[in-house]
Amino acid sequence: MNLTLKIWRQKDAETKGKMVVYKVTDISEHMSFLEMMDVLNEQLVNSNEEPVAFDHDCREGICGMCSMQINGEPHGPDRGVTTCQLHMRMFKDGDTITIEPFRAKAFPVIKDLVVDRSSFERIQQAGGFISVNTSGNTQDANAIPIPKYAADEAMDSATCIGCGACVAACKNASAMLFVGAKVSQYALLPQGRVEATERVLNMVEQMDKEGFGNCTNTGACEIECPKGISLENIARLNREYLSASLKG
Amino acid sequence: MGILSSSIARKVAMALSGLFLVFFLAQHFTINLTSIIAPDTFNSWSHFMGTNGLVQYLLQPVLIFGVVFHFVMGFVLELKNRNARAIGYQAYKGNASSSWASRNMIISGVVILAFLGLHFYDFWIPEIVHKYFESNPEDPTRYYAETVHKFESPVRVGLYVFAFVLLALHLWHGFSSAFQSMGFNNAYSKALKGFTKLFAVIIPLGFIFIALYHHFNQLPH
Amino acid sequence: MSILDSKIPKGPLADKWTNYKNKINLVNPANKRNIDIIVVGTGLAGGSAAATLAELGYNVKAYCYQDSPRRAHSIAAQGGINAAKNYQGDGDSTYRLFYDTVKGGDYRSREANVYRLAEVSANIIDQCVAQGVPFARDYGGLLDNRSFGGVLVSRTFYAKGQTGQQLLLGAYSAMNRQIARGKIKMYNRHEMLDVVKINGKARGIIARNLVTGEIERHSAHAVVIASGGYGNVYFLSTNAMGSNATAAWKIHKKGAFFANPCYTQIHPTCIPRSGDYQSKLTLMSESLRNDGRIWVPKKMEDVLAIREGTLKPTQILEEDRDYYLERRYPAFGNLVPRDVASRAAKERCDAGFGVNATGEAVYLDFTSAIQRYGTEQAKLHHIENPSETKITELGEAVVEEKYGNLFQMYEKIVDENPYKTPMMIYPATHYTMGGVWVDYNLMTTVDGLYCIGEANFSDHGANRLGASALMQGLADGYFVLPYTIGDYLANDIRTGKIPTNTPEFDAAEKEVTDKINFFVNNKGEHSVDYYHKKLGKIMWDKVGMARNAKGLTEAMAEIKALREDFWKNVKVPGSSNEMNPELEKAGRVADFLELGELFAKDALMREESCGGHFREESVELDGEQKGEAKRNDVDYAFVAAWEYKGDPGAAVLHKEDLEFKDIELKQRSYK
Repeated sequence: MNLTLKIWRQKDAETKGKMVVYKVTDISEHMSFLEMMDVLNEQLVNSNEEPVAFDHDCREGICGMCSMQINGEPHGPDRGVTTCQLHMRMFKDGDTITIEPFRAKAFPVIKDLVVDRSSFERIQQAGGFISVNTSGNTQDANAIPIPKYAADEAMDSATCIGCGACVAACKNASAMLFVGAKVSQYALLPQGRVEATERVLNMVEQMDKEGFGNCTNTGACEIECPKGISLENIARLNREYLSASLKG
Repeated sequence: MGILSSSIARKVAMALSGLFLVFFLAQHFTINLTSIIAPDTFNSWSHFMGTNGLVQYLLQPVLIFGVVFHFVMGFVLELKNRNARAIGYQAYKGNASSSWASRNMIISGVVILAFLGLHFYDFWIPEIVHKYFESNPEDPTRYYAETVHKFESPVRVGLYVFAFVLLALHLWHGFSSAFQSMGFNNAYSKALKGFTKLFAVIIPLGFIFIALYHHFNQLPH
Repeated sequence: MSILDSKIPKGPLADKWTNYKNKINLVNPANKRNIDIIVVGTGLAGGSAAATLAELGYNVKAYCYQDSPRRAHSIAAQGGINAAKNYQGDGDSTYRLFYDTVKGGDYRSREANVYRLAEVSANIIDQCVAQGVPFARDYGGLLDNRSFGGVLVSRTFYAKGQTGQQLLLGAYSAMNRQIARGKIKMYNRHEMLDVVKINGKARGIIARNLVTGEIERHSAHAVVIASGGYGNVYFLSTNAMGSNATAAWKIHKKGAFFANPCYTQIHPTCIPRSGDYQSKLTLMSESLRNDGRIWVPKKMEDVLAIREGTLKPTQILEEDRDYYLERRYPAFGNLVPRDVASRAAKERCDAGFGVNATGEAVYLDFTSAIQRYGTEQAKLHHIENPSETKITELGEAVVEEKYGNLFQMYEKIVDENPYKTPMMIYPATHYTMGGVWVDYNLMTTVDGLYCIGEANFSDHGANRLGASALMQGLADGYFVLPYTIGDYLANDIRTGKIPTNTPEFDAAEKEVTDKINFFVNNKGEHSVDYYHKKLGKIMWDKVGMARNAKGLTEAMAEIKALREDFWKNVKVPGSSNEMNPELEKAGRVADFLELGELFAKDALMREESCGGHFREESVELDGEQKGEAKRNDVDYAFVAAWEYKGDPGAAVLHKEDLEFKDIELKQRSYK
């Protein structure tokens, strides 16, 4: 198929960016979206133009590196996939595809489609861990039985890949789903309960400092999340935060 | 903003003030409903609300505070949220993942606010003038006729209808959202959500019905 | 006596590590504050090492080329992590894990290292659970296990099909705690481009800031390389696009010996290639072989009909299917180790029975499993005379619970429903057992330069068993390196900060800058990918699953020629002082073009078949094992450690003889 691509080009963080139109031809429907981008870049290199910079790494939907707003949706029109798993069979011959970086004040553009998500790092550093040191004498892994449903639910929250699609999808650029998932994982496990109070207070404080918007429960994050992280995580975050605030 | 310094505290405050207003709305609706069923009951309830000290000097200020708080906070949040995405998208497909109502609470909210202005102009200001400035003698039977006469103008009824449609949209998202904001998400959430959606449709429709009913069943002057 | 000293402690195998730990030097906590350690790479090995070293009190500087440590490719490991916990009471033990690992590695690994690995494996699980890693549990609330290819016990712990992700996020959370405390200084979007040696000791690195393009100098008292494997030398592999050998290769060129480069794991269950545009291959967890049955049609006419699209695999009768693993290896069936399963698939496809358009695919079929589970569930739910549809429905639910995310991934890529029609799979490059040579302390042949995880050669021998890579990465990082590095650093407590304004740093930086300037100024003809794809094709065709002397000799010459062309005609757009992905790739491919040649040279030298290295000249000629790989323990029971001599083709071989005191060397038989 032949496609028209409208892509955001921006030289670096300081320079103003703009949309640039490109054409690609002979795209196979079996290609992944990023393979289509590879074709474009090879074309640009061959014609001595600078290729489009975009983040990508594992190309199997788990590293969370790829981050494109495709036709107005993070990771494009398919559900439950990252950009690297999006396949060209979702598009038709002759389509025009708009490709932009994830937009949020807390995700400034570095170049073209590459954004800086270090705000997520700082939120995790504020409390996204259990304070245990490495030692060969930790208690036996089976010492505390954990109900299967709790372990399963914690796992569901823990599958977040930190790509930032929730922020990109949210009309308020809120990071509540990301923070909710991390808080939930630990809140559901007995190991995590020990520091639950400080964790949620610190992580939310950092989240606010980074300039993410407020959650207004539109639910867009849940729909666009490539890993299907549920809104329940946000409810749990609210709950945890409220009870932590009351405890002081 | 002290206690409201965190984003979650702010949304909980929105939720609580919103739920309070929902409660008020239900109460208001109940009284209004009597106006088409039993005018006498309407008169006596209205008289009670209009003259009871507790209602007038405690609940009324609380309500006004609730309304003002809810909309001021709504504006503050909207500004903060717009600020969180300095550069917008060229293409943004909001409909793909969320409802119009949920994304446009500020629009429905502003319309409701404008409607409240009309409502105050229609009822509340005349009431205050009537009671406290003109010091008219109390007539416990005046309310019904006054109310019905307000719905004589088709323009006003049209504005009412429009405002209540937007109130429905506001409630459609806001009522259930309030519970999510307060962390309520469990086995009962689905049922509760059903209830809130039903409420969001029925109450505004009821208000619309009452307005139309009075419009088409005008009393002689 | 070889110049290689593996420093294996004396004493009985089971006590070596404990006794050793008791005697090595420690650094006092107050002194640890004055010692800096550089860790390059933040996967399971690097991440766990960085966190643990920081917990101990060292000042750690950690580097990754991604925008966050959490994105290291360990995250993509699906199946699980082995540990000798014996929670299932099926006879597992430290010894048995050790034994299976040595046997699985085709007796080409170092006994003492493997025993230590098995010994600390149980601690890993304890540590990860304490960190909040949500391993799968059974209804009693205790940890669940699954079995994995090549072994007879259930010792694999897992978190759905995302075990690597969860373990990495555990290590990442431990890192975050130390980053917040200021004990780890994290350098995201940085790539190490060279190591700096001062008086023979590793004392720092030259790194490029991938956002600004700035070349930076970083010093430390010791340098740890944890940069993963070199599977991308094949261009197509299950590795991430950015996975590269640069850090490992650069230290090789500065004096670290490179061991067994030819030991590469071609993983049997990957999604087949669909076209020339393909950028990477996707792995389907080996755990699928627990329930999936692998087959191709028996009759050539069926194969042809399938390729034409006139016949569906589900229409082929049971008796017309060749379950070739079950046929050839009745004892292990579909659970034979990876190298055996991969070669068997290649054998069938080479014979013309491949089931997709490219002729490079076999079926992985879950029908039997769905039937089996469905019947079992019907009994559990007291359903009398369940219908076929009911059984299928119940069975599919069980399969979904176990492999749902993998099935979904397959469907997204291939656009076929694997519950209804068999999956198509084909082997793909997955893991490299070879790597930088290290001693028992995980130190390379350069003082103060360590190498851990997949980047080193240590524990897997010639073939890695499933669920062992995660175990090794975390064992190195959490439990081995933090001890052994102290023994070295104990002599460094009076050294003080290492200055970066020395001639050694000047020289290393100049070398790096010169190369970068060459790339951006060489207005050549071909893109970097053009060369990478060509290299990949040579590697796959001549240094792939089956190798012979003629092909390997040709490959060496072809790679050398390709490399020469690369340095004349490569084209890198953009400039050096900005984010420039093409420039990053150019540096990495330049290193692969050297590594590839050493790889082929090593494969040519090793005239035996062992593990992932299969030499067509070395097969059993008769008996029950006819046609199977033939190892040569008399001549090749050694680690081949290569010393760089200015050109990969001129590398000099050093042999570390492998002694097996506790295990008898046997022909691996999975019949």
